[in-house]
Order: sequence, then structure tokens, then C-alpha cells
Amino acid sequence: METRGLTRRFGELLAVDHLDLSVPQGMVFGLLGRNGAGKTTTIKMLTTLLAPTEGTARIAGFDIGTQPARVRRLVGYVPQLLSADGALTALENLLVFARLYHIPRAQRRTRIDAALVSVGLQDAAHKLVRDFSGGMIRRLEIVQSMLHRPAVLFLDEPTIGLDPVARHGIWEQLRNLIAQEGTTLFLTTHDMEEADELCGQVAIMHRGTVVVHGTPEELKARLGPNANLDDVFVAYSAATEETEEGALRDVQRTRRTARRLG
Amino acid sequence: MSNGPGAPHGASAERQFSYPVQAALRRLAVPLLFAQDTATIVDVEIRKLRHDPVELLTRAVQPVLWLLVFGKVIAHARAIPTGDLPYLDFLAPGILAQSTLFVAIFYGIAVIWERDLGVLNKFLVSPASRASLVLGKALSAGVRALAQAAIVYLIAAALGVNLAFAPAPLAGVVVALVLGAAVFATFSLIIACLVKTRERFMGIGQILTMPLFFASNAIYPIAIMPTALQWLAKANPLTYQTDILRTLMLQGGTSAFGLPLDFAVLTGTLLVLVAVAAHLYPRVVL
Repeated sequence: METRGLTRRFGELLAVDHLDLSVPQGMVFGLLGRNGAGKTTTIKMLTTLLAPTEGTARIAGFDIGTQPARVRRLVGYVPQLLSADGALTALENLLVFARLYHIPRAQRRTRIDAALVSVGLQDAAHKLVRDFSGGMIRRLEIVQSMLHRPAVLFLDEPTIGLDPVARHGIWEQLRNLIAQEGTTLFLTTHDMEEADELCGQVAIMHRGTVVVHGTPEELKARLGPNANLDDVFVAYSAATEETEEGALRDVQRTRRTARRLG
Repeated sequence: MSNGPGAPHGASAERQFSYPVQAALRRLAVPLLFAQDTATIVDVEIRKLRHDPVELLTRAVQPVLWLLVFGKVIAHARAIPTGDLPYLDFLAPGILAQSTLFVAIFYGIAVIWERDLGVLNKFLVSPASRASLVLGKALSAGVRALAQAAIVYLIAAALGVNLAFAPAPLAGVVVALVLGAAVFATFSLIIACLVKTRERFMGIGQILTMPLFFASNAIYPIAIMPTALQWLAKANPLTYQTDILRTLMLQGGTSAFGLPLDFAVLTGTLLVLVAVAAHLYPRVVL
């Protein structure tokens, strides 16, 4: 996956400013940054939800601007909000996406059953998702986004609002995915422990641009022998007041997710 | 969920073919996939209604009241001239059309809600075409309209309305209900894509519903309206939907505009609205 000068404006606001990123296949890439830094906008452009104002990106060789239909077949997406449909059962949630991704009928049930087993939801398959815990919903969403075996999986703050047990469960699931499928993961997070645990490379975004990137070890080493990723994050992105537009909306969205998680 | 390391990415078995063959297959598959995607979205709605049918019953209260209270009073007063047709017979198809309008016109708010929950984003990231997502939503409104129809038919029969139950007119009623609901649901989606917030949508929804309802032939004949309103009524798809229902729901019903014109207006309007909505749909995520 590669971006070249990827840019998005909202009126006067420059949300993403000439972003150049390159993520090799099978890498877990973490995009870090404060609220309003442009992380979600970047993911929305890469998943073809939002057209770039300038620049482009290629995913597994396909251009997001000129070949969006091909790109959609190759990516999976887990939005920040809990987006499994609460009015449907777990099985139905998976079935809908198996159909929308045109998985052949003969393979649907096998893949869905295997997906439910892989996250321990086989006994809850026929229960309505609105009665699930936050961790169960996230696990379901991750397998939902993986049914069509995407080359790149985008996760927007995958463990936000989850308790530590559920959070570790999700990490375990993501590690299994990488080991079994070789999927490239592109995630955003505010959780530096998560970035340290999962990511082979991280980039810190501030006001629409990447201010630093490298392996977590490299970035920590730059600040000294005892530095952690929190220190790196603060050093590269905390120097300014929170004036970015969109910050309020981000916080509201985060709170809404947390409320739904109870 | 895996075939083990190195399992192929992507969903389809077609990748084993060379590229030109693949491209040809894909072109052939487009209409089939479009139908499949549309049916999937409708299926979601049916499954939700099966899990929680209470909404269908609460929504039925309004048409029942229109027939039992408004219909009875106006029929008693003989206040509206409907020729040889008893007023309740005239009103029942109009109230069925109105109830589909009311079900469909607030469909946009469900889309804003789904956008806020992130559900819509996942649909938009899938390979399903925008037009199939829009048409699926529109036809889902038709499914709800059919549930309303069952209740209106029951009440109308109880009130002694001279209903026709032959299969052909019933099939025509089903098509008219689905088309009418789809037209107004798509119109509603377009508004949702433009206004983007629930609060603004509620305001606009209220403003639109009343003129659409009153500037139509649903509860009185067009002939008694002032000329300007008559023109408005003739530009209103609800008028044509009501005309079909009045022709096919009643024994010996007659059409004011002719059924071919009625169906053509509804189908044409739906196609235009779906094209516009498919274009605007992705904007709702901004």
C-alpha cells in the first residue's frame, strides 16, 4: 500500500496534507496522532469513502481514485464506531456481508461458521447483536470485515472503550490473522501500549502530516533509553493547543462509542 | 476462517482465469450482482421486521384512525363530492397511499442513524454498487408498505368498503405500493444526503409530508381544488399511486389518468430518483 501526496481539504481546513506513506505487505502499520490529526480522514480516503482533493494511493496495485471498485474488493474496514447491526443476529450480520462481498454461495456457510468459531461466538450465532458485550461486537466486526479475505484490513481505533480483557482478546485475534492470512493491517489508535504490542511500524500524524515514522523501537530510542511510546507521542504531537477543527466531533464520537459499550 | 497461510485474497473463484476472460465474466455478472446486492439489502429489512414486528403495529394506528374517525365523519357529513362512490370507498385507497408515504418519507433518517452508527460506512466500503444500496433501501420501504396494506385492507373490509380480491388487481396493488414507497423513500434518502443531520431532516420531513399529502387526490378529488393546487397535485407521484390503488382496490374502480400513465410516472420517477440518490449517497458520510 502506497500513498503519494494524498491530500484532503474540507473548505479552509487542510485535514490531510500531502501524505506519503508506504506499507509493505503483511506489515502491521499504526497511524497515531491526536484527535483531529487526520487519521480517520486518511482511512476514509484509503477505503474509498472519501475522494482525495489531491494526490493518490494504490492498494495492492489498484488506484483508489480510478479503480475504487477493485480496491473495495481488496480491503476490509472496521470503523471506530461499533457498527455491527444490533437488530440482526451475529450470523445474519456475517451473512449480509458474505453476500455483499459476493462470496460464492457454496462457501458462505463454511466461512461464516469458521469465522464464528475462530472468535468463540458459535454459541451466540443466533442471538441479536444488541445483547452482545462491546468485546463480542468488536470480535464479530473483525471477522465480518475478514470474510472476503482482504489484502489490507483498516481498523479505526479497534479497542477504544474496551476493558483490558476484551482488549487483549482483540490483540490476540489480530495476531492470529496476521499469522494465518498474511493480511496487512493499517490501524489508528490512541493507545500506545496497543501500538507497541501490535505494530511493526508506526507513524505519528499531526495536523494532516506525518511528523515522524519508524519502528516503535527506533522512535523510543530517539528519545533515550527509558522512553516509551507515550513519550514519543507527546514529544511529537503535544506541542500545540488543540485547535484543530473536528476535534470536538472526534471526542463526541469517542464518547458515543464508549456509551454504546457501556 | 482461513485456508491456511497463503490463502488467496479476494472473494471470487474467477481469479484463476486470465484477465480478458475475467473482465468479460465481470461484465456479464454486473446485472446479476446488482440484483443480488439489492435483494440482500431488502432481506436485511425483512429480517429486522421479523425480529421486532412491534413497529409495524404502532405504525398501523394512524391509517386506522384516518379511516375510523376522519372517514366516518366526512362520510356522515357528505362534505366531499365523490360521485357515485361512497366516501369511505373513495378514502380507503387514499389512506393506504398516505400510509406508504408516511412510512417512506422518514426513511432518510434511518440512513443518517446508520451513518452515525458506522453501519452505512461498511456498506459503502463493500463492492456493492451505490445504486443497489439505494434501490435496496427503497424497496425495503415497499416491504413495510405491504404490511400497512394488510391492516388497511382488514379495517376497510370491516367498514364495508367494496374491495376487490381477485389475484390480478391484488398483484397490481402490490406493485403500486412497492413503487410508491420506493419513490418516497428514495426522495427521503436524497434529502438525508443533503441535510446530513437528524434535526434538520426532521424539520424538512415535516414540511414536505403535509404538502405531498394534501396536494394530492388522497382524501378529496382533484376537481374540487383551486387550479394552482390541481397542477401541483398532477405533479405529485402520490396522486398517480392513489389513482392506481383506487382503480385496483375497489370493485369496478376506474382510473382518472389511465393505469399505463400511472405506472409510467411512478417507474420513471423512481429511476430518476435512484440515479440522483446513488450519486449523492456517498456524501452522507462526510
